[in-house]
Amino acid sequence: MKITVAGEKKEYAEGLTVSKLIEFENVETPQYVTVSVNEEFVERASFDSFALKEGDEVEFLYFMGGGR
Amino acid sequence: MALTNEQLERYSRHIILKEIGVRGQKKLLESKVLIIGAGGLGAPAALYLAAAGVGTIGIVDADVVDLSNLQRQVIHTTNDIGKKKAESAAETMRAINPDITVNTYYKFVNSENISELIKDYDFIIDGTDNFPAKFLINDACVMAKKPFSHAGIIRFKGQLTTVIPGEGPCYRCIFKDPPPKDAVPTCKQAGVIGAMGGVIGSLQAMEAIKYLTGTGDLLVGYLLTYDALKMEFHKVKLPPRGKGCAVCSDTPSITKLIDYEQAVCELKH
Ligand SMILES: [Zn+2]
Repeated sequence: MKITVAGEKKEYAEGLTVSKLIEFENVETPQYVTVSVNEEFVERASFDSFALKEGDEVEFLYFMGGGR
Repeated sequence: MALTNEQLERYSRHIILKEIGVRGQKKLLESKVLIIGAGGLGAPAALYLAAAGVGTIGIVDADVVDLSNLQRQVIHTTNDIGKKKAESAAETMRAINPDITVNTYYKFVNSENISELIKDYDFIIDGTDNFPAKFLINDACVMAKKPFSHAGIIRFKGQLTTVIPGEGPCYRCIFKDPPPKDAVPTCKQAGVIGAMGGVIGSLQAMEAIKYLTGTGDLLVGYLLTYDALKMEFHKVKLPPRGKGCAVCSDTPSITKLIDYEQAVCELKH
Protein backbone atom coordinates (compact mmCIF):
# COMPACT_ATOMS: atom_id res chain seq x y z
CA MET A 1 0.00 0.00 0.00
CA LYS A 2 1.02 3.61 -0.54
CA ILE A 3 1.10 6.01 2.40
CA THR A 4 2.54 9.49 2.83
CA VAL A 5 5.08 9.95 5.61
CA ALA A 6 6.11 13.52 6.42
CA GLY A 7 5.03 14.59 2.95
CA GLU A 8 6.86 11.78 1.16
CA LYS A 9 5.10 8.91 -0.65
CA LYS A 10 6.18 5.51 0.67
CA GLU A 11 5.35 1.89 -0.13
CA TYR A 12 4.65 -0.40 2.84
CA ALA A 13 3.03 -3.81 3.32
CA GLU A 14 -0.58 -3.99 4.48
CA GLY A 15 -1.22 -4.32 8.21
CA LEU A 16 1.47 -1.82 9.19
CA THR A 17 0.89 -0.34 12.64
CA VAL A 18 2.04 3.09 13.84
CA SER A 19 4.55 1.36 16.14
CA LYS A 20 6.05 -0.58 13.23
CA LEU A 21 6.23 2.54 11.08
CA ILE A 22 8.07 4.39 13.88
CA GLU A 23 10.56 1.50 13.87
CA PHE A 24 10.96 1.35 10.06
CA GLU A 25 11.35 5.11 9.75
CA ASN A 26 14.03 5.19 12.48
CA VAL A 27 12.17 7.90 14.35
CA GLU A 28 14.38 9.77 16.84
CA THR A 29 13.40 9.55 20.52
CA PRO A 30 10.40 7.37 19.56
CA GLN A 31 9.01 7.35 23.10
CA TYR A 32 8.34 11.11 22.87
CA VAL A 33 7.19 11.52 19.28
CA THR A 34 3.68 12.78 18.54
CA VAL A 35 2.01 11.08 15.58
CA SER A 36 -0.83 12.35 13.45
CA VAL A 37 -2.66 10.32 10.81
CA ASN A 38 -4.86 12.24 8.39
CA GLU A 39 -4.64 15.32 10.62
CA GLU A 40 -5.77 13.51 13.77
CA PHE A 41 -3.42 12.74 16.65
CA VAL A 42 -3.01 9.06 17.51
CA GLU A 43 -2.95 8.28 21.23
CA ARG A 44 0.36 6.75 22.30
CA ALA A 45 -1.51 3.85 23.91
CA SER A 46 -2.86 2.80 20.52
CA PHE A 47 0.40 2.99 18.52
CA ASP A 48 0.66 -0.83 18.68
CA SER A 49 -2.87 -1.47 17.48
CA PHE A 50 -3.42 1.43 15.06
CA ALA A 51 -3.27 -0.10 11.58
CA LEU A 52 -2.44 2.22 8.71
CA LYS A 53 -4.28 1.95 5.43
CA GLU A 54 -3.79 2.89 1.79
CA GLY A 55 -3.58 6.66 1.30
CA ASP A 56 -3.00 7.55 4.95
CA GLU A 57 -0.99 10.68 5.61
CA VAL A 58 1.30 10.29 8.58
CA GLU A 59 3.25 13.06 10.31
CA PHE A 60 5.80 12.79 13.11
CA LEU A 61 6.07 15.79 15.43
CA TYR A 62 9.21 16.10 17.51
CA PHE A 63 10.13 17.95 20.65
CA MET A 64 12.61 20.72 19.92
CA GLY A 65 13.77 22.39 23.08
CA GLY A 66 16.52 24.74 21.98
CA GLY A 67 16.30 28.43 21.34
CA ARG A 68 18.81 30.48 23.33
CA MET B 1 -1.05 60.57 15.24
CA ALA B 2 0.53 61.32 11.85
CA LEU B 3 3.90 59.87 10.92
CA THR B 4 6.79 62.35 10.97
CA ASN B 5 8.90 62.94 7.88
CA GLU B 6 11.66 60.92 9.47
CA GLN B 7 9.29 58.02 10.11
CA LEU B 8 7.98 58.20 6.54
CA GLU B 9 11.58 57.87 5.37
CA ARG B 10 12.65 55.21 7.88
CA TYR B 11 9.66 52.98 7.16
CA SER B 12 9.29 53.82 3.46
CA ARG B 13 9.91 50.22 2.30
CA HIS B 14 7.07 49.08 4.57
CA ILE B 15 4.77 51.93 3.65
CA ILE B 16 5.10 51.21 -0.05
CA LEU B 17 3.78 47.67 0.52
CA LYS B 18 0.05 47.65 -0.08
CA GLU B 19 -0.37 45.08 2.72
CA ILE B 20 1.28 47.43 5.25
CA GLY B 21 1.03 51.06 4.13
CA VAL B 22 0.82 53.99 6.54
CA ARG B 23 -2.02 52.23 8.34
CA GLY B 24 0.01 49.07 9.01
CA GLN B 25 3.08 51.05 10.03
CA LYS B 26 1.02 53.04 12.52
CA LYS B 27 -0.31 49.77 13.93
CA LEU B 28 3.25 48.50 14.39
CA LEU B 29 4.25 51.73 16.14
CA GLU B 30 1.31 51.34 18.51
CA SER B 31 2.01 47.63 19.18
CA LYS B 32 3.73 45.90 22.08
CA VAL B 33 5.66 42.66 21.69
CA LEU B 34 7.32 40.69 24.49
CA ILE B 35 10.33 38.56 23.61
CA ILE B 36 11.14 35.90 26.19
CA GLY B 37 14.82 34.95 25.87
CA ALA B 38 17.46 37.20 24.26
CA GLY B 39 19.32 34.32 22.63
CA GLY B 40 19.46 32.37 19.37
CA LEU B 41 15.78 32.96 18.50
CA GLY B 42 15.17 36.15 20.45
CA ALA B 43 18.17 37.99 18.96
CA PRO B 44 17.08 38.04 15.30
CA ALA B 45 13.43 38.48 16.30
CA ALA B 46 14.36 41.51 18.42
CA LEU B 47 16.52 43.03 15.68
CA TYR B 48 13.80 42.81 13.03
CA LEU B 49 10.97 43.92 15.31
CA ALA B 50 13.01 46.92 16.47
CA ALA B 51 13.92 47.83 12.90
CA ALA B 52 10.29 47.39 11.85
CA GLY B 53 9.21 50.00 14.36
CA VAL B 54 7.22 47.88 16.79
CA GLY B 55 6.60 50.70 19.26
CA THR B 56 7.21 48.85 22.51
CA ILE B 57 9.37 45.77 22.82
CA GLY B 58 9.92 43.94 26.10
CA ILE B 59 12.87 41.61 26.48
CA VAL B 60 13.08 39.05 29.27
CA ASP B 61 16.36 37.35 30.20
CA ALA B 62 18.19 36.85 33.49
CA ASP B 63 21.40 35.65 31.89
CA VAL B 64 24.62 37.46 30.97
CA VAL B 65 26.35 37.35 27.59
CA ASP B 66 28.87 34.52 27.33
CA LEU B 67 31.54 33.97 24.69
CA SER B 68 29.80 30.76 23.57
CA ASN B 69 26.60 32.75 22.82
CA LEU B 70 28.14 34.88 20.09
CA GLN B 71 28.15 32.10 17.46
CA ARG B 72 24.38 32.65 17.07
CA GLN B 73 23.05 35.44 19.32
CA VAL B 74 23.74 38.20 16.83
CA ILE B 75 22.26 41.02 18.90
CA HIS B 76 25.28 40.87 21.26
CA THR B 77 28.88 41.71 20.40
CA THR B 78 32.21 40.62 21.81
CA ASN B 79 32.29 43.84 23.87
CA ASP B 80 29.03 42.75 25.56
CA ILE B 81 30.49 39.65 27.19
CA GLY B 82 29.56 39.72 30.88
CA LYS B 83 26.76 42.23 30.32
CA LYS B 84 23.14 41.36 31.08
CA LYS B 85 21.63 39.92 27.87
CA ALA B 86 18.42 41.92 28.17
CA GLU B 87 20.44 45.14 28.57
CA SER B 88 22.82 44.29 25.73
CA ALA B 89 19.86 43.45 23.47
CA ALA B 90 18.06 46.67 24.46
CA GLU B 91 21.13 48.78 23.65
CA THR B 92 21.37 47.27 20.16
CA MET B 93 17.64 47.72 19.54
CA ARG B 94 17.73 51.36 20.64
CA ALA B 95 20.78 51.97 18.44
CA ILE B 96 18.95 50.52 15.43
CA ASN B 97 15.78 52.45 16.12
CA PRO B 98 15.54 55.28 18.69
CA ASP B 99 11.87 55.55 17.69
CA ILE B 100 10.88 52.63 19.93
CA THR B 101 10.61 51.95 23.66
CA VAL B 102 12.45 48.90 24.99
CA ASN B 103 11.56 47.43 28.38
CA THR B 104 14.07 45.09 30.03
CA TYR B 105 13.26 42.38 32.55
CA TYR B 106 16.23 40.72 34.24
CA LYS B 107 14.49 37.51 35.17
CA PHE B 108 13.61 34.03 34.01
CA VAL B 109 9.90 33.40 33.62
CA ASN B 110 8.17 31.30 36.26
CA SER B 111 4.61 30.62 37.38
CA GLU B 112 4.76 33.59 39.76
CA ASN B 113 5.88 36.30 37.34
CA ILE B 114 4.77 35.32 33.83
CA SER B 115 1.16 36.51 33.96
CA GLU B 116 2.25 39.97 35.05
CA LEU B 117 4.98 40.04 32.37
CA ILE B 118 2.72 39.20 29.42
CA LYS B 119 -0.29 41.22 30.62
CA ASP B 120 0.42 44.47 28.75
CA TYR B 121 1.72 42.96 25.50
CA ASP B 122 -0.17 42.23 22.27
CA PHE B 123 2.01 39.35 21.08
CA ILE B 124 4.60 37.13 22.77
CA ILE B 125 7.65 35.48 21.22
CA ASP B 126 8.92 32.32 22.87
CA GLY B 127 12.68 32.39 22.39
CA THR B 128 13.46 30.13 25.35
CA ASP B 129 15.66 27.06 25.30
CA ASN B 130 13.96 24.62 27.64
CA PHE B 131 10.72 22.68 27.94
CA PRO B 132 9.62 23.97 31.37
CA ALA B 133 9.66 27.54 29.97
CA LYS B 134 7.99 26.54 26.70
CA PHE B 135 5.11 24.81 28.51
CA LEU B 136 4.82 27.69 30.99
CA ILE B 137 4.62 30.28 28.19
CA ASN B 138 2.02 28.19 26.37
CA ASP B 139 -0.17 27.73 29.42
CA ALA B 140 0.12 31.37 30.56
CA CYS B 141 -0.69 32.68 27.08
CA VAL B 142 -3.63 30.29 26.67
CA MET B 143 -5.03 31.31 30.07
CA ALA B 144 -4.53 35.04 29.35
CA LYS B 145 -5.71 34.60 25.71
CA LYS B 146 -2.47 36.11 24.39
CA PRO B 147 -1.31 35.17 20.88
CA PHE B 148 2.25 33.90 20.70
CA SER B 149 4.87 32.34 18.49
CA HIS B 150 6.39 29.09 19.69
CA ALA B 151 9.66 27.85 18.25
CA GLY B 152 12.44 25.36 18.86
CA ILE B 153 15.81 24.76 17.24
CA ILE B 154 18.37 21.99 17.50
CA ARG B 155 21.34 20.90 15.37
CA PHE B 156 20.30 21.64 11.75
CA LYS B 157 16.57 21.68 12.44
CA GLY B 158 14.00 24.17 13.59
CA GLN B 159 10.23 24.48 13.87
CA LEU B 160 7.59 27.00 14.80
CA THR B 161 3.88 27.48 15.18
CA THR B 162 1.65 30.42 16.01
CA VAL B 163 -0.96 30.02 18.71
CA ILE B 164 -4.04 32.22 18.95
CA PRO B 165 -5.86 30.89 22.00
CA GLY B 166 -9.44 29.98 21.16
CA GLU B 167 -8.73 29.87 17.42
CA GLY B 168 -6.18 27.14 16.85
CA PRO B 169 -4.32 24.37 18.66
CA CYS B 170 -1.76 25.18 21.34
CA TYR B 171 1.67 23.66 22.07
CA ARG B 172 0.12 21.32 24.62
CA CYS B 173 -2.36 20.06 22.00
CA ILE B 174 0.71 18.68 20.17
CA PHE B 175 2.83 17.69 23.17
CA LYS B 176 0.87 16.80 26.29
CA ASP B 177 3.67 17.11 28.83
CA PRO B 178 7.36 18.07 28.87
CA PRO B 179 9.71 15.16 28.27
CA PRO B 180 11.57 13.93 31.36
CA LYS B 181 14.73 15.87 32.18
CA ASP B 182 17.57 15.09 29.76
CA ALA B 183 15.41 12.72 27.70
CA VAL B 184 15.50 15.06 24.70
CA PRO B 185 18.76 16.90 24.05
CA THR B 186 19.05 20.68 24.26
CA CYS B 187 21.24 22.93 22.08
CA LYS B 188 23.98 22.94 24.66
CA GLN B 189 24.14 19.15 24.66
CA ALA B 190 23.49 18.60 20.95
CA GLY B 191 24.71 21.80 19.29
CA VAL B 192 22.91 24.10 16.89
CA ILE B 193 23.99 25.78 13.70
CA GLY B 194 24.04 29.51 14.41
CA ALA B 195 22.10 30.57 11.33
CA MET B 196 19.18 28.36 12.45
CA GLY B 197 18.25 30.99 15.03
CA GLY B 198 18.36 33.54 12.22
CA VAL B 199 15.95 31.52 10.07
CA ILE B 200 13.45 30.55 12.74
CA GLY B 201 13.71 33.72 14.89
CA SER B 202 13.13 35.85 11.78
CA LEU B 203 10.07 33.75 10.94
CA GLN B 204 8.78 34.44 14.47
CA ALA B 205 9.26 38.17 13.86
CA MET B 206 7.42 37.75 10.55
CA GLU B 207 4.46 36.10 12.29
CA ALA B 208 4.37 38.91 14.89
CA ILE B 209 4.37 41.59 12.18
CA LYS B 210 1.64 39.79 10.21
CA TYR B 211 -0.48 39.36 13.32
CA LEU B 212 -0.06 42.99 14.40
CA THR B 213 -0.89 44.39 10.96
CA GLY B 214 -3.58 41.81 10.15
CA THR B 215 -1.72 40.74 7.03
CA GLY B 216 -1.74 37.34 5.33
CA ASP B 217 -2.17 33.86 6.79
CA LEU B 218 -0.60 32.94 10.11
CA LEU B 219 0.85 29.59 11.16
CA VAL B 220 -2.21 29.02 13.32
CA GLY B 221 -3.05 25.31 13.10
CA TYR B 222 0.25 24.44 11.43
CA LEU B 223 3.71 23.43 12.57
CA LEU B 224 6.33 24.60 10.09
CA THR B 225 9.49 22.53 10.22
CA TYR B 226 12.81 23.31 8.59
CA ASP B 227 15.61 20.86 7.87
CA ALA B 228 18.73 22.77 6.79
CA LEU B 229 20.67 19.67 5.71
CA LYS B 230 17.93 18.55 3.32
CA MET B 231 17.08 22.22 2.71
CA GLU B 232 13.39 21.43 3.14
CA PHE B 233 10.51 23.27 4.73
CA HIS B 234 7.50 21.15 5.65
CA LYS B 235 4.17 22.54 6.86
CA VAL B 236 2.30 20.04 9.02
CA LYS B 237 -1.42 20.66 9.39
CA LEU B 238 -2.45 20.17 13.01
CA PRO B 239 -5.76 18.80 14.26
CA PRO B 240 -8.24 21.39 15.50
CA ARG B 241 -7.86 23.02 18.89
CA GLY B 242 -8.55 21.57 22.23
CA LYS B 243 -9.69 18.00 21.59
CA GLY B 244 -8.72 16.60 24.97
CA CYS B 245 -6.08 19.28 25.55
CA ALA B 246 -5.35 19.75 29.24
CA VAL B 247 -5.13 23.53 28.96
CA CYS B 248 -7.01 24.82 25.89
CA SER B 249 -10.02 22.50 25.72
CA ASP B 250 -13.36 23.88 26.88
CA THR B 251 -13.00 21.86 30.09
CA PRO B 252 -9.29 22.17 30.94
CA SER B 253 -7.74 20.05 33.67
CA ILE B 254 -4.82 22.47 34.05
CA THR B 255 -6.05 25.76 35.48
CA LYS B 256 -2.94 26.79 37.42
CA LEU B 257 0.54 27.46 36.03
CA ILE B 258 3.15 24.77 36.60
CA ASP B 259 6.89 25.14 37.24
CA TYR B 260 8.35 21.98 35.75
CA GLU B 261 11.74 20.88 36.92
CA GLN B 262 14.60 21.87 34.68
CA ALA B 263 17.58 19.75 33.75
CA VAL B 264 20.62 20.89 35.71
CA CYS B 265 22.70 21.24 32.54
CA GLU B 266 20.19 23.79 31.23
CA LEU B 267 20.47 26.17 34.16
CA LYS B 268 23.71 27.70 32.94
CA HIS B 269 24.00 28.57 29.28
ZN1 LIG C 1 -4.21 22.97 23.52
